[in-house]
Amino acid sequence: MRPPLGRVLLVAVPFAWLAAFFLFPFLIVLKLSLSETALAQPPFLPIVEWVEEAGDLYLAIRLRVQNYLTLLSDGLYLAAFTSSLRIAATATALALLVAFPIALGMARCRAEIRPFLLLAVMLPFWTSFLIRVYAWMGILKDDGLLNAFLLGLGLIAEPLVLLDTEAAVLIGIVYSYLPFMILPIYANLEKHDPSLLEAAIDLGCRPVRAFWRVTVPLARPGILAGCFLVFIPAVGEFVVPDLLGGADTLMIGRTLWLEFFSNRDWPLASAVAILMLLVLVVPIVLFQRQQALERLR
Amino acid sequence: MATARPIRDPRSRIEPWQDPEAVPFVRIQSVTKTFGDLYAVDNVSLDIFKGEFFALLGPSGCGKSTLLRMLAGFEKPTAGRILIDGVDMTDVPPWRRPVNMMFQSYALFPHLTVRRNIAFGLEQERLPRAEIAERVAEVVRLVRLEGLEDRKPEQLSGGQKQRVALARALVKRPKVLLLDEPLGALDKKLRDQTQLELVNIQDRLGLTFLIVTHDQEEAMTVGSRMAIMRDGQIAQIGTPSEIYEYPASRFVAEFVGEVNLIEARLLRVEGTFMHLRAPALGCAIVTDRPVPALPGEPLWVAVRPEKMTIAKTPPRETGHNCVEGEVFDIEYLGDVSVYHVRLESGAMLRATEANRLRLIERPITWEDRVWLSWGPDASVVLKS
Repeated sequence: MRPPLGRVLLVAVPFAWLAAFFLFPFLIVLKLSLSETALAQPPFLPIVEWVEEAGDLYLAIRLRVQNYLTLLSDGLYLAAFTSSLRIAATATALALLVAFPIALGMARCRAEIRPFLLLAVMLPFWTSFLIRVYAWMGILKDDGLLNAFLLGLGLIAEPLVLLDTEAAVLIGIVYSYLPFMILPIYANLEKHDPSLLEAAIDLGCRPVRAFWRVTVPLARPGILAGCFLVFIPAVGEFVVPDLLGGADTLMIGRTLWLEFFSNRDWPLASAVAILMLLVLVVPIVLFQRQQALERLR
Repeated sequence: MATARPIRDPRSRIEPWQDPEAVPFVRIQSVTKTFGDLYAVDNVSLDIFKGEFFALLGPSGCGKSTLLRMLAGFEKPTAGRILIDGVDMTDVPPWRRPVNMMFQSYALFPHLTVRRNIAFGLEQERLPRAEIAERVAEVVRLVRLEGLEDRKPEQLSGGQKQRVALARALVKRPKVLLLDEPLGALDKKLRDQTQLELVNIQDRLGLTFLIVTHDQEEAMTVGSRMAIMRDGQIAQIGTPSEIYEYPASRFVAEFVGEVNLIEARLLRVEGTFMHLRAPALGCAIVTDRPVPALPGEPLWVAVRPEKMTIAKTPPRETGHNCVEGEVFDIEYLGDVSVYHVRLESGAMLRATEANRLRLIERPITWEDRVWLSWGPDASVVLKS
């Protein structure tokens, strides 16, 4: 049976949107990644060309795989990828450690206060992301707020080097993406039936054990959602490593930027982008499947 | 040579509260619980014996659930103490108490199967796996959950969830099983059936059950004894029949079953009979259960509707316990009909009669002149 025309049109709208603004640009980048660099405007050669040879006309398609080979053979790019994944994973774990107690506190407090706490979590979004990361520069630099505070307390004798380190990048990512971790976990915890914890305690669990045996397993979908929401954008993060990480922090987002704008090697930059997409598609697909399973159960 | 055992009333096994030698198993001693200015439980003392199925009955907000939660250890008494099997529970945390609770919402762990839900409590005791499996299987048979062990709670019906909750609490072999409105979510037929099953299981295991409910029928069906609570205090403790037949106050009389409450004043006491004057009835009331009262003191006579006889002809004796009125309304409930009779004074009395005849063949109908009468043993006199 054919679905009615109205429904087909309705579904066609988002599909058309995705095709126009996601699939089509993706194909352009894919094409770019397989083309050759040139000192021209734009800085690459077409991959499809009419070639005349001995009086015959050929339609030649030239796909340059070298960009990908370079990525895979040059240790710098691989290092950037692994370092990005490592930093993103560490930041995700740290964000989870910070966010879970906050979400738990929000879910356990009186219902009237919760909207205000939610507002407080989302309030930073009202300021530009860039400005907030700049603010961290002011906090972390050698004569910044944090060092002044620690020196004032007498906890340290000389200023700590924080800015332009990986620690600063981690702080920046955890700070920036914390709400994306808090909100899904809070949304999950808020739905928990408090009598479940009481039941666990009644059956012989100490409260801490009841938390691990009941609250954490039940919060799993929220934890997973939060982790993906932080991890995926963190891998490709550019602003935070650029402003807080200094020259030594290798992250794929910065590599991409450098290839595009400093080297003007658009094909190689596109290859980096495509590879990064592939690296991220794997966890996204896993996430989607997990969500689908959760719904099925 | 065996020493002769003292001969005891055989009832003492079933009715330990009648036995002066019996030691209460659960002792609630002057327990008070306040939330801010609110006295949720107000100086309650209660003794429950081993093997009893005790029911705490009361309207919502009467403090019965708070009392139950104090037994489980989720709330600490503001004053007073609770002893279970001779041990003071004041400083025993809920996870170490020899009691288990069946929650109103069942509180089944949604991420665990039926088997793991039931085994949860035993896993906390770190028992050997084989023993856990054995005890789980045993209790699964007891509550008839065979074949559902690997389901998740959301794949169960309401009645099945209720049985898992019961099994999960029973498998711990608690000294006292606490049941918080355990059947509230079931439909009436299933509830009636489950009530009898509960009594059966309790009887077979010889455990002590304490049930909290607002449903008087449920409390009377399952309870060996019951306590009626009101505003944090106990209004009356007794067996279901004691409470139904001899309520201690107007509140109890009205809360448990239907009742006609008639305001009356003392006329005189003759031997074991008490004569009262009831202005609303226009006749005297004689009762065989006198209470100490002063002339002129406000008293209430309580007569259950089913103890009133309704007839279209006056009974032989009309001097007392007999009033004439007009049928104002008939509530047809299938098995019985409730006749609302309006007296000359405007007062309304209710009489219940079993519908032994089909509706059209019954002689009494709307606006008939009828006589209501009852025996001296049908009423109780209440002072409050």
